[in-house]
Amino acid sequence: MLRGDVQPTPFFVTGDPMILASDVLIALTLVGIVAALTYFKKWKWLWREWLTTVDHKKIGIMYLIAALLMMFRGGVDAELMRTQLALPNGRLLQPEHYDQIFTTHGTVMILFMAMPFIFAMMNIAVPLQIGARDVAFPYLNAISFWMFFFGAMLLNLSFVIGGSPDAGWVSYPPLSETPFSPGPGENFYLLALQTSGIGSIATGINFLVTIFKMRAPGMTLMRMPLFVWSIIGTSVLIIFAFPALTVALALILFDRLMGAHFFTILQGGVPMMYINLFWIWGHPEVYIVILPAFGIFSEVVSTFSKKRTFGYSSMVASIMAISVISYLVWAHHFFTMGAGPGVNAFFAIASMCVGIPTGVKVFNWLFTMYQGRIRLTTAMMWAIGFIPNFAIGGATGIMLAAAPADYQYHNSYFLIAHFHQVLIGGVVYGMLAGMYYWWPKMFGFILDDRLGKAAFWLFNIGFYVCFLPQYQLGFMGMTRRIYTYPAGMGWTTLNLISTIGAYIMGIGFVFIVLDVLYSAWRGERDVTGDPWDARTLEWSLPSPAPHYNFAKIPVITARDAWWVAKQENHGKLNEPDEPIAPIHMPKNSGVPFLFALAFFVGGFGLVWEWYWLAALGLAGVLLCLVTRSWDYNTDYYVPVEEIEHTEMALRRSPT
Amino acid sequence: MTAGILLLGTSGCNAQVMLFDPGGPVSRLESHLMIWTFVLTAVIVIPVIGLLWYIVRRFRDVPGNDAPYKPDWSESTSLEVVWWAIPIVIVGILSVVTAKDTFALTRPPEKLSTKPVTIQVTSLNWKWLFQYPGQKVATVNYCYIPTNQAVQFVLTSDAPMNSFWVPRLGGQEYTMPGMAMRLWLQADKPDVYFGSGANFTGHGFAHMRFHVVAVPRAQFDNWVKQVKSSSPPLTELGLTELRKPGLTGQLTYSSYPPNSFTKMIMKDGGMYMAHDRGILDTTTF
Ligand code: HEM
Ligand SMILES: [Cu+2]
Repeated sequence: MLRGDVQPTPFFVTGDPMILASDVLIALTLVGIVAALTYFKKWKWLWREWLTTVDHKKIGIMYLIAALLMMFRGGVDAELMRTQLALPNGRLLQPEHYDQIFTTHGTVMILFMAMPFIFAMMNIAVPLQIGARDVAFPYLNAISFWMFFFGAMLLNLSFVIGGSPDAGWVSYPPLSETPFSPGPGENFYLLALQTSGIGSIATGINFLVTIFKMRAPGMTLMRMPLFVWSIIGTSVLIIFAFPALTVALALILFDRLMGAHFFTILQGGVPMMYINLFWIWGHPEVYIVILPAFGIFSEVVSTFSKKRTFGYSSMVASIMAISVISYLVWAHHFFTMGAGPGVNAFFAIASMCVGIPTGVKVFNWLFTMYQGRIRLTTAMMWAIGFIPNFAIGGATGIMLAAAPADYQYHNSYFLIAHFHQVLIGGVVYGMLAGMYYWWPKMFGFILDDRLGKAAFWLFNIGFYVCFLPQYQLGFMGMTRRIYTYPAGMGWTTLNLISTIGAYIMGIGFVFIVLDVLYSAWRGERDVTGDPWDARTLEWSLPSPAPHYNFAKIPVITARDAWWVAKQENHGKLNEPDEPIAPIHMPKNSGVPFLFALAFFVGGFGLVWEWYWLAALGLAGVLLCLVTRSWDYNTDYYVPVEEIEHTEMALRRSPT
Repeated sequence: MTAGILLLGTSGCNAQVMLFDPGGPVSRLESHLMIWTFVLTAVIVIPVIGLLWYIVRRFRDVPGNDAPYKPDWSESTSLEVVWWAIPIVIVGILSVVTAKDTFALTRPPEKLSTKPVTIQVTSLNWKWLFQYPGQKVATVNYCYIPTNQAVQFVLTSDAPMNSFWVPRLGGQEYTMPGMAMRLWLQADKPDVYFGSGANFTGHGFAHMRFHVVAVPRAQFDNWVKQVKSSSPPLTELGLTELRKPGLTGQLTYSSYPPNSFTKMIMKDGGMYMAHDRGILDTTTF
């Protein structure tokens, strides 16, 4: 029998043997890392080269590592859930444990896997693609990263300290309010998202300004690579959507910590208001993560079809249309919460309209390949695998958008299958395509193609085995977020198949990790800087690019500037006919790291309602702001000799 | 009695594709819309996958491939008009159908000839309370309804919000604290219909299943009579017990404290929408 009363939470979570085992593992890993850094005398290197860097390429790499680690963590959550559901009346997990796992799975995958993955891609590629030396605000960029990082740490910490949140990644009140979710878990959720959310907003602003202000001469908007266009869409959405989340989370926090009643049952609180605010962020959020994937597919498809992108203007128009429409559809997440038929019909039709530009994009990708020359590299495989996935995921999205049909699908496994199809088949495939594509640019070596393809096929097949049965489970009335189900509902076989699919996907992920390790060891080095015979500016640079990116900023005369240069100018970009000049660059700084660390400390204080610690954190934040404000020594010039030396070493003659 | 229902229950919900096995006009309308949207989206999805298959096979970068290669061909207004037009037309058709059905479902599925049976549903942690304001009886985790007539469910919650879902009778609607929301359902044939809470409410959520037992009107009236004569009343104390978090089996009560449903909604200030007050006025007796 389940009981409602909640035991006080101990500081360290120890009860469950599985958690205990992971506690030990985490502790051992930490000890191992510290020991290795000390043994190899790498602390200084870590601080100087990474923790204090403001270089967009390094920040991109750190985002990438974080995203892959979080994908692992969220993936373990997923495998645990699927194991529990493989058979009826599963006994692996208690409900408390299952509830925590699906909550952290969703939160980690969306906010701490998908988001850093897109930030990784945009950091790595955008400045190189527009011919810039860094983003507009490199220091702010470092702040964004560390805010994300410490936000993610705060959430993950809840696993071993205090207990994980368990009210779902959407965290609807009144369930997420104190009477139903006492204990620190929910506070961890709120403060982790709040911390990383500040970083995300800053990133949105940073990249929008970068793209509008820092393009190379001649790079008009309509000459930009489509990936850059997609980042405009994403940045605009971030800027308009994240503040809604910030407000929603802050108000719940007031309810929980200070006894306010914004969303409580008592005292006339209005939980509905939270749900509106959450989805005003939440729906744009799904497009925030899918648009960059669209951009990557455009780059990859065009490169590996050796052909110009088909219907460039339509592609741009679609991205912009999607950004606007996706801000007008949030209520489709709660058709069943008593809105009138007028409201439901409006949001239903608006949601379906998103399908129009999306459909157009799919046709344009197809016709980019049509009459091209298709090379089936791993990156291209992910892009091709994406198209059927997204066709089906988009179609089920439209099926969900038909409000009266959604009354049936809502909260069922049909919905689960839909959003995994678009989030995995769309976002994750996109990010993996981008990772395989830009990997040589980041690290100077190419990821092994055979292992990569094995990973792709395992993952792709595993995906369909895992999620197609879930559509059917939805038709059969199985609801989401149940930790167990009885036999005799006819759900057993399909659940078992789904779990097998999840395991196959897990093996696929292991192959990606193997690919990275193997290629780092014996992978083919990229000495050309252009291993894919690609089209855009980043491939005109050596791999990895020097820290100042371009010794001379090229003058752009056409779309696909690098391809044109190769076709018409023997692989030389138009560079101004002047000697190399000293390059103005930002200095590294430890403040962003400390600033975010102070947020972490303050957040941790608020989680436990230790206000002295919160105050200490806040003081740290203020101190960092003040320090930076009075720091006039923030930039320097790279001398000409150093540039010439570097360029020589990279075997490119400076002219 | 309870045992009988359990038996019926297990035989009644065996391996069904519930959403496509409609047991009444509401779910039938919804299943038609589901089929429409499926077919109309398939009109795009299938050609897209076919085209992808063809293109990837035909235009591979392998020596000796004689397929045309036009690296700079990247604009075609006529083609683009076609694929802006196709989704626009499909979305246009779907929009009309969707809007029509959305409005239709706010009304009772059929013209009401008699006063409809009203059932006030409250989701608790973690059980379902059904109160019959017309009959003055109450049940927990199952309810009876008469067949072939529209039944008016009025939903609220005295716990975190849940969602009331009987897939074979019709789509779900949330139960929200401090609010009353209406859901029309109707069963064509006597049967035991599977129902469950659909929106997560904590540790016991997975066990919030219930049965809707549809029987002909005469039998329904008999059932009410029998309940009135043989079951205990639901007292204030009993109600307090039910509100405590935990699970229970199926329970039956011959009466309940008057106005307890309205009180439940109003006690915390509720009813912040005039519209809900309207619903409540038509359903409290
Ligand atoms: C044609 C495009 C799409 C349409 C019409 C669409 C429609 C919908 C609708 C109506 C829902 C709500 C269903 C419900 O809660 O009952 C939904 C849920 C969802 N969609 Fe989509 N969608 C589309 C594309 C996408 C994309 C591209 C993503 C992400 C990359 C996405 C991610 C999600 C997620 C995460 C949820 C569920 C969130 C939750 O309740 O936990 N969708 N979609
Ligand atoms: Cu949405």
